[in-house]
Amino acid sequence: MTNLSTLLARFGGVNLLPVALALLAFVLIGQPSSWVTLTVAGLAMGMMIFLMASGLSLIFGLMDVLNFGHSAFVSFGAFVATSVLASLGSWVTGGSAALNALALLAAVGAATAFGAVGGWFFERVIVKPVYKDHLRQILITMGALIVAEQLILAVWGGAPVAVPRPAFLTGSIVVGDVAVETYRIFAFALGLAVYLVMHHALNRTRIGLLIRAGVENREMVEALGFRIDRLFVAVFMAGSALAAMGGAMWAGYQGLITPAIGPEMMILVFIVVIIGGLGSIQGSLLGAVLVGLLANYVAFLAPKLSLASNMLLMMAILLWRPYGLRPAIKG
Amino acid sequence: MNAILRLDDVHTDIGQYRVLHGISLDVPEGGVHVLLGRNGAGKTTTLRTIMGLWRARKGAIVFRHHDITHIRTPDIARLGIAYVPENMGIFGGLTVEENMRLATATGKFDPARLKRVLALFPAMEKFWTRQAFALSGGQKQMLAISRAIIERRDLILIDEPTKGLAPAIIRAMIDAFREIATETTILLVEQNFLFARSLGSTVAVIDDGRIIHRGGMAELAADEALQTRLLSLSLAAHQ
Amino acid sequence: MTGDLPSAPPRRIPAGRLAVYAIVGSIGLALMFAPFLFPDLRAQEVAARICVFIVLVASYDLLIGYTGIVSFAHTMFFGLGAYGTATALKAMGPGFDAILIGGGAGVVAALVLAALIGLLSLRVKAIFFAMVTLAAASVMLVLASQLSDLTGGEDGMTYEVPRLFSAATKLLTDADGKTLRLFGAAMNGKIAAYYFVFFSSLVLFVLMLRIVGSPLGTVLMAIRENEMRAEAIGYRVVAYRTAIFCIAAVIAALAGVLRAVWLKYVGPDVALSFAIMIDLLLMVVIGGMGTMVGAVIGVVVMSLAQFYLKDLMEVGAAATADLPLLPDLLNPDRWLLWLGLLFILLVYFFPAGIAGTLMGKGTRK
Repeated sequence: MTNLSTLLARFGGVNLLPVALALLAFVLIGQPSSWVTLTVAGLAMGMMIFLMASGLSLIFGLMDVLNFGHSAFVSFGAFVATSVLASLGSWVTGGSAALNALALLAAVGAATAFGAVGGWFFERVIVKPVYKDHLRQILITMGALIVAEQLILAVWGGAPVAVPRPAFLTGSIVVGDVAVETYRIFAFALGLAVYLVMHHALNRTRIGLLIRAGVENREMVEALGFRIDRLFVAVFMAGSALAAMGGAMWAGYQGLITPAIGPEMMILVFIVVIIGGLGSIQGSLLGAVLVGLLANYVAFLAPKLSLASNMLLMMAILLWRPYGLRPAIKG
Repeated sequence: MNAILRLDDVHTDIGQYRVLHGISLDVPEGGVHVLLGRNGAGKTTTLRTIMGLWRARKGAIVFRHHDITHIRTPDIARLGIAYVPENMGIFGGLTVEENMRLATATGKFDPARLKRVLALFPAMEKFWTRQAFALSGGQKQMLAISRAIIERRDLILIDEPTKGLAPAIIRAMIDAFREIATETTILLVEQNFLFARSLGSTVAVIDDGRIIHRGGMAELAADEALQTRLLSLSLAAHQ
Repeated sequence: MTGDLPSAPPRRIPAGRLAVYAIVGSIGLALMFAPFLFPDLRAQEVAARICVFIVLVASYDLLIGYTGIVSFAHTMFFGLGAYGTATALKAMGPGFDAILIGGGAGVVAALVLAALIGLLSLRVKAIFFAMVTLAAASVMLVLASQLSDLTGGEDGMTYEVPRLFSAATKLLTDADGKTLRLFGAAMNGKIAAYYFVFFSSLVLFVLMLRIVGSPLGTVLMAIRENEMRAEAIGYRVVAYRTAIFCIAAVIAALAGVLRAVWLKYVGPDVALSFAIMIDLLLMVVIGGMGTMVGAVIGVVVMSLAQFYLKDLMEVGAAATADLPLLPDLLNPDRWLLWLGLLFILLVYFFPAGIAGTLMGKGTRK
């Protein structure tokens, strides 16, 4: 038994869970082409959730602040991106891939920038006065969420809004009898790129070193001469920007959005963060991929159980590891 | 006497508890100065108050000519004060190298200085790329001290470095501290009188949030009656 | 916000406390005689809702105010009681046996689920618990809308209640055989239903007052103030937390039963939705956490605000109709926006809420 577990650990330990899940699904689904489509969809969804979850997780890890208002940034990102795309008209729908790409860049960029600025405001005005007081923190961020959702309703209305998809991302790539949507590949690639950038920033830069140290022991970082509050703002802005980016990507994926987009995704984001372990982006990635895959497989195999399946996954993992699969080390 | 650090009637509360009731203390420049006292006397609180991790309700703390009573912890650190807390404050998920790099102002080591530090604590070189949580207690303490001296500081506050360490490691630490004290002032908080006696040039004894004795270490070491009166508890615990 | 150092003058005349009791007392009396004081149907509807919500909010206060547990699953338990009662009434027909069995099943389900969630995740951080309960509640909400065969989905379900509570039932008749009117209130089944709700709520509320006054309440507050110390003294913190979480869940489920019996309708909007959870939060914070009587004040203030704030905003929107964006923000549908802002300000400046501030209690952690 110990031999088996060390063997498993050598090949990646808990990181193998998504692989195991994919294999299990392969057996249950039976048709390779459906399995590939679902797996790609699951990975793409996982990466978009990862964008939303990683920011939340890092903010929590560093500051011990669980921002219940995080989902507002997802919604804002979705709507800002949609508005930008809608205003660019033929750039988006025209045949020029370069203009398409530019429009997409503008939309996602605007959403991300909005998230960063919103994050700055949120941290300074809403969260900062209630650091170290969890109860009031939860209440205040909840209150801010209510206000933000109402603002979205006031500005964009409650009716579903169609999201124009850049022409070069429509359609599918067909290999044999397997068709894979281009947008999914793009979403997956973007998520992966963001993960790699984050990984690099955390492990190879000075700010990253400070963040990792701050997650473990804020007080000691201060005692070494670093202003942790500046780090807080930076991480809060980055986390909110990522949430908005995730929201923008998700909006394009869905094609039709309502103000409920944030709260709907937030459930999955919370499950991901709980499964992955608070404070670690590896954990967020692992949790997001698991949740994305499971959601798609179950939606195919037993549609009614889709969301409940993620809940059950969360319960099972909590029983096994109460702090999640890969929590950050706390000093 | 030229004091590098001066505490004047410092009162500190933790939550609703009043812990320090007017600490007045001069730390002379150079050498090792010891703050002795039993558990709960207020030693750690004194160090934390100096670092600004807890705020003095009343009184003043002056480092060189800076009044640091009300400034932020990072700014206090940047004036040239290093702090080695009782739990050592090691970042377990970071490597030994990263722990030490974090303590440099620019992120770059001064090679000559790094060499000297590693010569002082050879184990650090051995475990250079290892994550710090895997180190033994003594090694963690060495890492914490290496981190404090990786750049030149004017004053190092060290909280009970010998706690839970084996005698051989304590002896090695005495040598290291002697070396460090040639360029830096050390304010050492201890319960272990034998360790304190071998290093300290001055000593203050704290009890119940007040300084109850101040003087030279040699005088205290020579006066057994005084020792018994001031330190009976801590001596009994460590012999 | 650490507590102020004790500087309050000793033995101040508790005028604020008196005021709070006077307010709560008059609310109680008003509810007691609501069918006679406000005979129109709509007012009765509001009064019954207030009764049930007082129980619901007070039970939530057991968690958030007295124990420092933040749960977002409280409407889930409320919904379990309501849906249990509703499904049984629909399946078995209108009868007290159906209420007993269905409500009982809902309460037991709430108890089991609460015990499970509590044991699973009350060990870890408060924030973690908040997330787990939020996830659980969301899943329950989706389940309710997906299992439409059983729950009626988004539309919910209507059903008959026991004849005694039906508006057509004449409790007292006058000389002509018509339903007797006393002080303008018709003595029909609706009044029986109201008093069923009122007295059940009263019993539950008094029960909760007993709980917070009991040794259990004292232990919970000790845990809230200093978990480590409570643990060190030897209290099994997880066990106590789980216990109060279960108690609160059961009471919330019972409140759900009352709601289902009164409304003759159960759906996500009235028994399960996240909007109710937000209402609960607002009510408990506005009223005053950790005071019990705060629940009474919070519920009444919020219920009135829901009506009058909308009216006020209507006026505002009409007055600013020519300006950009402002009319949208003042649209009565956006009343939650302003309540949300009010809520944030309240948490910043009066974290003790109305009751807590009046009674001069310090801020709570």
